[in-house]
This record gives sequence, C-alpha cells and structure tokens, in this order.
Amino acid sequence: MTFPELTRRRVLQGAGLGLGALAVQPWQPAWAQPVSAGLPTLSGEDITLRIARGALGLDGKAARAVTINGTVPGPLLRLRQGQKLRLTVDNALNEDTSLHWHGLLLPFQMDGVPGVSFPGIRAGSRFTYEFAIEQAGTYWYHSHSGLQEMMGVYGPIVIDPAGAEPAPFDREHVVVLSDHSLVHPARILRNLKVEPGYYNHQRQTLGGLLAGKDQPLAERMAWGRMRMDPTDLSDVTASALRYLINGHTPAANWTALFTPGERVRLRIINAAAMSVFNLRIPGLAMQVVSADGQDVRPVSVDEFQISPGETYDVIVTPREDRAFAIVGESVDRSGMALATLAPRAGMRAAPPPLRPRPLLTMQDMGMDMGGMEMEGMDMSGMSMRDGANAPQVKLGPGVEMINPMPMDRTGDPGLGLDTVDHRVLVYRDLIALEPNPDTRAAEREIEVHLTGAMDRYMWSMDGKTMSEAHEPIPVRRGERVRVTLINDTMMAHPIHLHGHLFELVTGHGDHSPRKHTVNVLPGGKVSWDVTAIEGDWAFHCHLFLHMAMGMMRVVQVRPMAGDAA
Amino acid sequence: MRRALVLLALAASPTLAQSADPHAGHHMPGMDHGAESTEADKDDADMAGMDMFGLDQPQQSEADGSARGTDQPAGKAKAPPVIHDRIGDRYWDPAAMARAAEAEMHPPRPAYAKLTFDLAEWRAQRGRNGYAWEAEGWIGDLDRVILKSRGEGTFAGGFAHGELDLLYGKALDPWWNLQAGLRQDLGPGPQRSWAAIGIEGRAPYQFEVQAAAFVSDKGDITARAEAAYDQRITQRLILQPRLGLELSAQDMPLQQIGAGLSEIEFGLRLRREVVRELAPYLGVNWTWKLGQSAAYARAAGEAVTERSVVAGVRFWF
Repeated sequence: MTFPELTRRRVLQGAGLGLGALAVQPWQPAWAQPVSAGLPTLSGEDITLRIARGALGLDGKAARAVTINGTVPGPLLRLRQGQKLRLTVDNALNEDTSLHWHGLLLPFQMDGVPGVSFPGIRAGSRFTYEFAIEQAGTYWYHSHSGLQEMMGVYGPIVIDPAGAEPAPFDREHVVVLSDHSLVHPARILRNLKVEPGYYNHQRQTLGGLLAGKDQPLAERMAWGRMRMDPTDLSDVTASALRYLINGHTPAANWTALFTPGERVRLRIINAAAMSVFNLRIPGLAMQVVSADGQDVRPVSVDEFQISPGETYDVIVTPREDRAFAIVGESVDRSGMALATLAPRAGMRAAPPPLRPRPLLTMQDMGMDMGGMEMEGMDMSGMSMRDGANAPQVKLGPGVEMINPMPMDRTGDPGLGLDTVDHRVLVYRDLIALEPNPDTRAAEREIEVHLTGAMDRYMWSMDGKTMSEAHEPIPVRRGERVRVTLINDTMMAHPIHLHGHLFELVTGHGDHSPRKHTVNVLPGGKVSWDVTAIEGDWAFHCHLFLHMAMGMMRVVQVRPMAGDAA
Repeated sequence: MRRALVLLALAASPTLAQSADPHAGHHMPGMDHGAESTEADKDDADMAGMDMFGLDQPQQSEADGSARGTDQPAGKAKAPPVIHDRIGDRYWDPAAMARAAEAEMHPPRPAYAKLTFDLAEWRAQRGRNGYAWEAEGWIGDLDRVILKSRGEGTFAGGFAHGELDLLYGKALDPWWNLQAGLRQDLGPGPQRSWAAIGIEGRAPYQFEVQAAAFVSDKGDITARAEAAYDQRITQRLILQPRLGLELSAQDMPLQQIGAGLSEIEFGLRLRREVVRELAPYLGVNWTWKLGQSAAYARAAGEAVTERSVVAGVRFWF
C-alpha cells in the first residue's frame, strides 16, 4: 500500500529465487555457520561485495531478503588499522543501493549516504569506495538506501589494532544481533501508520487489573488522560520479527566454542533495524573492554542494554565445561535472540524464560521528582506539551509532548533494567582507556529535541522532519561543540552521527568515553562534545523507521573564511 | 460494572504508595568497577564527586579551574551561517548528487490508506430483524480524503436510511482531525444533501470521539456526537461501549426528527480480535427517540425505544 506495487512484486520474485537456492546455498557466511569455526572472512586491500535479492531461512520459512554476497548478515570485513581499502560494491538490485561504514572515520565522500555524501549506487552499476582505515575495533556496515537495511543489508567489521591489543584474549567471536521479518518492511510501516499499536500484544488489560498486575487503576487513569500507553516499548515486536544472532533464530542454536579457562572476546553488534536488546550470559560475568569500537577501562557487568547501531566488546572467561546461553532479550520482552557458548558443538544451555514486560514510568515522561510521582498524579501546573519548554520546536501534529524536565539519565541502566538484581552497565561506567584526543571546552551548545507522535507514527527533530527542516545544522571545521539531545517522546532513540566519534559528557573529563551512537532514554537528555570534521554528515535515529519518517538531519561542517584550506 | 470499578479503585489505591521512584537511592548497579580497573584511582576520585543530578551543576574540579575535557562548561559562541552548497558536488557528478539529494530530502510521500468497517452487524430486535453498518475509509496522511458511510434496515421492510459522506480531513494536533465536506442521505426517505463540518480524534482518557454539524440543502441544521472506548479485557478480547447523540435545530416531519436532542443510541459490544484486522463481535444496542421524535414515531406506530441483540464483525484493511 505504501510503496509501489511493482516494488513488492520484484521483492517476491527475489524471494522466489532465494527459495530455489535454498537447498544448495548456505544462508549465512562461513563465520556465522551454526558452529563458529574461527573467522574466515574478507580481508586485504581489495574487497568486492555484491548486493542482490535473496532469502533468509527462518525456522524452515524463507523470508525475502536483500543479501550481501548471498548472505545475511553480509561477510565479516577483517581489516588492519592503518591499511588502505578499495571496496567495490556491485549492485545487482533493480533499485539504488549504498553501503555506509558505521563508526568509521573517513573522508565524508566515502561515507555512503545517498544524496548527502555521494550519489548512491544505481541499479546494475558498481561503485568503489577508497579510504584508509584509521581506527581499530568492532564496527559494522549497512545500506543507507530505502528499507534495505531492514531486509538484511548489514555486516560486521573488525579492525585489528596496529599496535598491541590493550585487552588481550585467547579467542574471539563476532555476535551480530538483528531482527528480520517475514513481512515486508513497507507493510510494517504501513501497519504502524494506520494502527500504531499494531504489534503491541502486551498491553494493560482489565484482566490484568483484576489480577493485580501492572499499574493500579488510578495510575492507568492518569496515563489514559494523557493518551499515553506505558506498554509502548517497541514499535515492532516479536509478533512480526524474528530476533537473530549471526542470522540464526534461537532454534538454529548458533554456537560459539571455547576451551574452559580461555579469555573469550565477544564482539557484540546491534544491527537490528527496530530492536533494542538486553544482553546477558547467565552464569558469566562480562568484562566490557570496548564500546562502539573504542577501548574503555574494563568494567564487569552481568547485563547491558544495546541499542541499534551500538557495539560492545566483552571478555568472558568461562571456567566450567558446560554450555552458556547468550541471551539478547528484546527490550519489550516479547522475544529473544539466542545463541550458545559451549566447549563443544551440539551443546545447549537452557535459555532463561522471558522476564515480565516492564512498564514505562513517570520518569520516562520527564516527570520524576521523588514523591511527586504519588501526590502529583494530576501534575497540576505542569504541561506535557508546553512550547515554552522548547521554543525551537514547531508544535504541530507530529509533536505529542515536550519533555517538561529533561533529566540526565546516563546513570540509568535502560528501560526495564532498573530493578534487576545484578550489575547492569550504565553509560557513566564507561571511561576511555586513553586520554581524549581533543580536550578543549566546547565553544557552544547545540540543543536538538527528539520529537514524535506515536498516534500518527511521525518522528522528527525539533518538530520537523528532515524534508521540512531542509536546512542542515552548520558547524565550523575543527570547532568543538556540545550537542545536547533532549528526548521529547516516550521511546528511546539511539542517535548516530556519521563520521565522528564524540565524547559523552558523563563526568569523566579527559577520559570521556567516545561513541558514534548514543541511546537517549525517554524523559532523558544526553550531551556529548565533538570536534567537527569537514563534510556533510548524516545525523539520525538508528531505529530505521524513525529515520525513514524524518528523525534525521545533515550536519554541515565547513571551513570558515580565513581558515587555512 | 461502574460500582466494581470504584471498588477496584479503592482496592488499588494503597499500592500507589509503592510506586515511588525505584531510582530514589540512585542505585547504580553497574558502578562497581571491580578489580579490573588498573589506574583508576584518579578517576575514582572524580566518580566520587560525580554529580548524580546531571550536568547542570559544575563539577567540583571546575571551581579551581582544573576541569578537563568534557567537564568544562560549553561556551556561548555563535553558530556559523548555513552555507547553501552541496560539498559532495566537489567529488561527484553534481547532476547525480542533485538527483540523489532530491530523493533523500523529498522522498515520494506514500499515500497511506485504510478502510474500516467499525460496525457490520445483524440486529435481532422484537418483531423485525435487521442490519446496520458504519464504515470509514481514508487516503492520505495529515491531509486525508475520507469516505464515510452508515445505514440500517430491516429484512422485512428493506433499507430504512443511510448516508454517505465525502470529507476532507486535516490534522489539527497529534490527536484531532478537522473534517469538512458533503453528506448525501440515502434510502427511501427524503434524500437530502448536506454540508458537513466536524472533528474526529482521540480525547483524553482514550475515548474515540466524532462530532459533526450538518446544514441541508433545505436549510435544516443537525448535529451528531459519538464516543467509543475500547476496554481490553485480555489482549484479544475487547469490550466497547459506544454512545451516540443526534440533535436537530428544527422539526423535520418528513424524516420524523424533532427539534432538540432527538435520539440517543448506546451499544455494548464484545469483540475478539482473531487478528488485528478481523474481530467478530456480539453485543446489545439501544436507541431511544426523545421529544418530538418520539411523538413522530408513536404517530407512525413505530417503537420509541428499540433494543437489539447484535452480532457482527469489525474489520479493516
């Protein structure tokens, strides 16, 4: 309904081809085969990737997909810091495509966003990206065209450091979390547009009220009065999605091997289009050694929340000769991605049951003020949509709320994890291993409001979609700016800035953690300082449908008159 | 039902006291860095002084001018002007860039569309069984073209009356839409044409509300207001009370409608969502004619009050 019928038919043809190939062609690249056999992969200075229609096997059903070199996820690119890379993309689709190198510092014209950094790769043509690899660490790549990322156009990148590895390990595995649907993403978008709660099957019910579950009546009334749903945790849920690890469903039991006593590095990437995961390995502590590819001081946790676009490297040291479950539970607890970490193939740990679905709280509305939550139920004198709280935001049909009291929530473990009885990573735990390269004070602050209206499935920045705003955010080359993201919605938004690493303002001075994607909790705000690199850079929410609906801007970084060229 | 809800409210209120902020103690489970931190002493000092309430208060170290990196406050420099060029043109064919930029900035706005039959039902009522429907289709997004239809009849007497509305809808805010257009009466009675203006949307407490005023080609003025509420009993079982009011500014003997509040309709329907798009239901529906409308009905030998048991299916696509 939302996309031309022709497109859907083409997709079906593609899926048909994939079905035919089912018997002969593996779904996944060698490194993601059910038993991980080390990391055979694409390396070197010349790499070719071919993007084509295909299919992905999901528990015996073939889901239509767009594949890279025939697989979902695409091949692991194993690179070395300091090397040069010539990467040719062969577009076998009958529409434009692109690949974006998520988290890599590179010349903007190689960043891979059609219409922003380059013209895109036309149907049936090829394009060669050419850049040098500056960084080390865990990253990923994905299509920035249409809804291709939702259909499987993503893959991991691992870059070995030129020098010594600061967090040594005996063995490593790449763990790509993702989501895939048997329904075409255009259909998902259409369903959300005409019925925003379409995929939420965990709402509060009268039955629940009578059983004493969820909110008590008065609280339900208060939320109802504000026309808000505290169970609205994910736009798209397990009712439409299969949660995958390296392209495998839980039943497929992808297994990473270890020898007891080894230090095993797991490079965990959330490549999902629409899903935030709670990641844990029951029975094993995880030592976080890297966030978004940047080394951090090791911090031991039992669980962390990972949003689309983020990566975390953890080291685990399983000492027992038994299987462990790698659990990626969706934030709304409607399903999980599941894999096994085992000393031998064929083993499987009993997965923990899904935990009860959490509820959004007043804090997620920017309304947590200690006791206010009880007596302030009517929130007298506080407007949830007061334009004076954000003069730059255009209050239209697409802005259902202006956060009245944005809070720094970088000390919070993420939606639904504040009550678990083990250690959960918070952003404030992250401390850069090395001093930050630029420790100047920010010259100014740019405030960006993340806005939306769930009822109409509209998402924007400062109340305007990218098309409506049109104008980019201007920054001087080399300028140090502080960006403060204020969440005026009831959903978490993982915000990604292309081509930069920014330093989170979390009280760690010149050892601030460097990231390329940061999750802004509902009711919350997050600040980061960044040193601007010349170019036009995409800046957007990494929930793919939010970006597609317009929660995106271009950051325009230019030398100023008088600057040396 | 209402009494039960009040009792529930009373029973539930003590639990409210427990809903206090779980973060009250600012418990941060992940704060423990364990033994792994090597040269963490310096920063542990920072952490100890860390301001739990965020960025608005200066860091301790700021006072003595020793704040480093992101601990320093942001300055007040002015933003540079926006430059109206496309830097990618320096590297790529400007025509190709222009085409891609146009596609990126102005993607084709898909026209979303939905057709909902809110009611499509068989009505069992004393003496004469009948049917009724109420449907709405729209295409667009914030601006919509809307087609509405409703009507009823009996199996014995045939189609009684109905109407078809063609409206233009415009989003007013996140919840409400303004609708204006034309309404055409259908059926054996006088087939009036009307100008229509109204609003439709979601009111506080999650009521689905419609209200509209009509002026006919004969100069008659009427109005209508409707509200419905979806009470989920389970994830798939939904009880929907709906209330409709009909008003008229004048007596309209041909249509048997009297001035004032002419009719009240109240229905209670229990539906089961087989899938989101399809929900069969059972329910009861009452209509009461009031004032002069009741007098018209009595004069015509028709019932003033009607009660029906209804069975139908709500569906959309």
